[in-house]
Amino acid sequence: MPCTGRVAIIHLMKALEKGADGVFVAGCLEGDCHYQAGNLRARKRVAYVQELLKSIGMEPERVAMYNLSAGQGPRFAEICREMTERVRQLGPNPTRKNGERKEKAA
Amino acid sequence: MDTKKDGPLGSVMVVGGGIAGIQAALDLANTGYYVYMVEKSPAIGGVMSQLDKTFPTNDCAMCIISPKLVELGRHLNVKLLTVSEVEGIEGQAGRFTVTVKQRARYVDMEKCIACGLCAEKCPKKVDNEYNQGMSQRKAIYVKYPQAVPLKYSIDEANCIYLEKGKCRACEKLCPAGAVDFSQKDRTHNIEVGAVILSPGFQTCDAKSLVELYGHNPNVVTSLEFERLLSATGPTQGHLVRPSDHKEPKKIAWLQCVGSRDQHRKGAHSYCSGVCCMYAIKEAMVAKEHCQDPLDTAVFYMDMRTYGKDFEKYYNRARDEQGVRFIRSRVYNVEAVSGSDDLLIQYASEAGEQAENHPEIIVHQEQFDMVVLSVGVETQPETVELAKKLGVKLTEHNFAETGPFTPVSTSRPGIYVCGLFQGPKDIPFSVMEASAAACAAEIDLAPARGTQVKTRSVPPEQEISDQEPRIGVFVCNCGINIASVVDVKAVMAYAATLPNVVYSQEYLFTCSQDTQEKVKQTILEHKLNRVVVAACSPRTHEPLFQETMKDCGLNKYLFEMANIRDQDSWVHQKEPGPATDKAKDLVRMAVARAGLLKPLTEKPLVINQRALVVGGGVAGMNAALGLARQGFEAVIVEREPRLGGMSRHVSQTLEGLDVQEYVDKLTQEVKDAGIEVLVGSRLAGLSGYKGNFLSTVDTGNGTHKEITHGAVVVATGAREYKPREFGYGESDRVLTQLDLDRLIMEHPERVSKWQRVIMIQCVGSRNKDNPNCSKICCQGAVKHALRLKKMNPEIDVIVLFRDMRMYGVLEDHYTLARKEGVLFVRYDEKDQPEVTLGGSGIEIAFNDLVLGRRVSLGADAIVLGAATLAEDNEQLATMLKVPRNAEGFFIEAHAKLRPVDFASEGIYLCGTAHGPKPISESVAQAMAAAARAAAFLSNKEMTVGGVVAQVEPSLCAACLVCVRNCPYGVPRIDPEKGVSEINEALCQGCGTCVSECPAKAIRLGHYQDDQIMIKVDALLEGVV
Repeated sequence: MPCTGRVAIIHLMKALEKGADGVFVAGCLEGDCHYQAGNLRARKRVAYVQELLKSIGMEPERVAMYNLSAGQGPRFAEICREMTERVRQLGPNPTRKNGERKEKAA
Repeated sequence: MDTKKDGPLGSVMVVGGGIAGIQAALDLANTGYYVYMVEKSPAIGGVMSQLDKTFPTNDCAMCIISPKLVELGRHLNVKLLTVSEVEGIEGQAGRFTVTVKQRARYVDMEKCIACGLCAEKCPKKVDNEYNQGMSQRKAIYVKYPQAVPLKYSIDEANCIYLEKGKCRACEKLCPAGAVDFSQKDRTHNIEVGAVILSPGFQTCDAKSLVELYGHNPNVVTSLEFERLLSATGPTQGHLVRPSDHKEPKKIAWLQCVGSRDQHRKGAHSYCSGVCCMYAIKEAMVAKEHCQDPLDTAVFYMDMRTYGKDFEKYYNRARDEQGVRFIRSRVYNVEAVSGSDDLLIQYASEAGEQAENHPEIIVHQEQFDMVVLSVGVETQPETVELAKKLGVKLTEHNFAETGPFTPVSTSRPGIYVCGLFQGPKDIPFSVMEASAAACAAEIDLAPARGTQVKTRSVPPEQEISDQEPRIGVFVCNCGINIASVVDVKAVMAYAATLPNVVYSQEYLFTCSQDTQEKVKQTILEHKLNRVVVAACSPRTHEPLFQETMKDCGLNKYLFEMANIRDQDSWVHQKEPGPATDKAKDLVRMAVARAGLLKPLTEKPLVINQRALVVGGGVAGMNAALGLARQGFEAVIVEREPRLGGMSRHVSQTLEGLDVQEYVDKLTQEVKDAGIEVLVGSRLAGLSGYKGNFLSTVDTGNGTHKEITHGAVVVATGAREYKPREFGYGESDRVLTQLDLDRLIMEHPERVSKWQRVIMIQCVGSRNKDNPNCSKICCQGAVKHALRLKKMNPEIDVIVLFRDMRMYGVLEDHYTLARKEGVLFVRYDEKDQPEVTLGGSGIEIAFNDLVLGRRVSLGADAIVLGAATLAEDNEQLATMLKVPRNAEGFFIEAHAKLRPVDFASEGIYLCGTAHGPKPISESVAQAMAAAARAAAFLSNKEMTVGGVVAQVEPSLCAACLVCVRNCPYGVPRIDPEKGVSEINEALCQGCGTCVSECPAKAIRLGHYQDDQIMIKVDALLEGVV
């Protein structure tokens, strides 16, 4: 992606449809967008997708927007851990039938 | 070819292939000059190539220099002469004949394929100087794995055959027949118009400075330590101490070894300018390298973190990373008997300890390793070179230059940059290199373009009817990737993926010889898409794209998988999963590559005029640098006359008259035909690089429109108006600029003063403004010396936190102390107290050496007030360029692009970039002019590529794109009634594409299918 401004609603939804348990968008810090405001647009789209998920009975927390700079490696790792932990709590994506079965067996 | 007999030649010789020489050569070659680069070793790269990471961004040095090495190595207009040295010079500026001696390499560069068989079998082991003698190489060798040119060479002094007449093992084994013992030294007589000297430096001889060095392996120099940290170093980047190969627990850095030392043999009185920052960097990087917590301590006199954002780096090291900083004088380092440890004995600054033990302020502490922060000095060969060229040296053996002519040597037509000009860091070396290029370009302007060759790229292949044939090249990146990821397994996996017809792995995919191999492979296997699994496209994509073009492939048919930064570096301890992740990333990249389409770029004419915003010393020099090369320049200055902040400064630290200089510059600007709009400001800017349209408000409600191709930002900075120490309440409390004015206007008042107290860091290095303002220490020393000159009896006391008289400025600090100026340190948390009374001023402060409170009366208090950014918000918004938290503009790259903005066509110089003295502003302005000239001299540029395109039949003219574009580019074509996006203005962010409800807009290279197939590939088999 050249910018999170290019992240479209369809990209997030498709990822979930294909079985991702969670999707997060990592944009530049607010106010620091290389393209001025792409990250702000992305945030709105993420919020829209969360609403869509709610309306189809899926947990909106499966998608998230984060902001950080390219120099914040440790923060990125922290976000990955945070997101992984959140998704683990939520359990597998319902579209992933195999995963669900596996989880139940375990 | 230039035929006029007395006109200048359009070629330049650059002597020394370190980062400064490389930058100068690239700027010249990209502006229309033919460059001969003379490098005495077998490969370019200099000391920067030996560094592990670089401050203040902690970028990997090799990763950022490597693309430059390759660009230079393959540049059509650079002739690289390695193992060569300048012997002599004849002629004069414009037309020199330089004699260059090229030693025999004993390897035919055309034939050598750098396979390394020769070195494997060579029986002679030699200390490897690239690793500072901490590992061994063979007598036939390459300097380092990413060397340019990557060709072996035989070290004459160590080759058994050349010494004793027997062996020739390499010759027998070389599969390419490249070893050639019949080679002889050759002498070239090369005609050039100008010469740029960038011979670099060596570190001070630690042996003569620290007794234990050379006897105890755990005492190492800072450069040796860099090699210990480096992945290509003797320990492959595993930080172990040399004596027992165990991971150290405690490391000490000793600052100023060989610097700021007037006594010891082999030491220099100047400050080396870079050691504080590299010690901080090494301490932070060392901590990252160790499994267990590592204790790091830096023993220093003054912490000199004076550069842009350096103070923040220092604060981060101390407050977040726990690096200990100990202000002290180390007087002994000794081995601890019965162990490999070292004992450091030092005297701290007095203070609380002294109260209890007035006689002892001596401490000692044990460490596993000691790093000597060795200073820099000119090499003896360079002193010889200067003699041969007739270039005068200073007492410190640096090339003699003037504050207003920072890159001109004593001999016209010969310029200097980098460490030979004086101690400095990489960004300033790079900047000075561009400045030296500018100086040479001015001399040779009539001959620009007369000696250059033009590149012929094969016509682009039509591939739209072909099935994808993908080649995958997986990089080991030395051990950066290979030590974690199973590269061979990734390569084998890639071969199983759809459409992949070829896969291979390389040690360094970015190296010049590998690129040649990639080219051959592309042609041989008829590849029409290429995937490189290596590092970041941010640094390396352009390089690989050039290779694509050389093979007649559109550069957008290329894709990278970042298996280093995003994989091997972050999963160092999990090689198995890291290899799986590398496979995932490669699978995603291959999937996307199959859908990539060629994109076309169109040529656009560049307007050759430049607009310079700000008419101070920087702005005027930038404009002159361009005008003297034949590019029109227009200066827009807010004030009613030119000169900016320098109009408030009477002389430089060296004692040169600033007003005389500014008057001269102003006249030169006039003489050069530069249009000057004073009392004016930039009110509007539209257009794009190469074709801007500016509206200048020229006062009284009048506006002028200017078309131009480039912009130079030189808007300067301002002095902080202190809120501290009673400033504004008494005319006895002044800033340094106020004092300058008073000395000029009322010297009689000043010469009556008995005591002046200066307070440093007012408004700098605090919570509100964490930056060091760089110039206030110099200002204090300059004025202290002036006051002493006016009245030798005067008491001048400078209250400081760290005296930051970097480089050769240290001389002036030394002189001030000799003249009796008192320098007393205070602590940030214990500020001096100023009391304004009816009769005079009282100032109280804690003397940290005496360990008690001192109260003194003074005739005047002079505040070293901070240098703050101008309010540039409007300008930044207009130009769409970023500023840091303190309001200074942010350059494209802190290390290697110090005067560029990320968007081409806009350049930066002077104090708008950060606080700096006049001499540095002059150099930076010339650098900005050189960079702008390189862009403007192209005459045309290409647009298109990654831009948004509207499909008119789908567009409903709903205005969503018009409203959402951050740059206001889309507009509804009134005739067609659909949205239209100008490809020269589109920045390619894709926001409109994602917002368009009709999906009528497409972003080249980032189409929905090209994005989603990566997700599909990632999640393959999940559902």
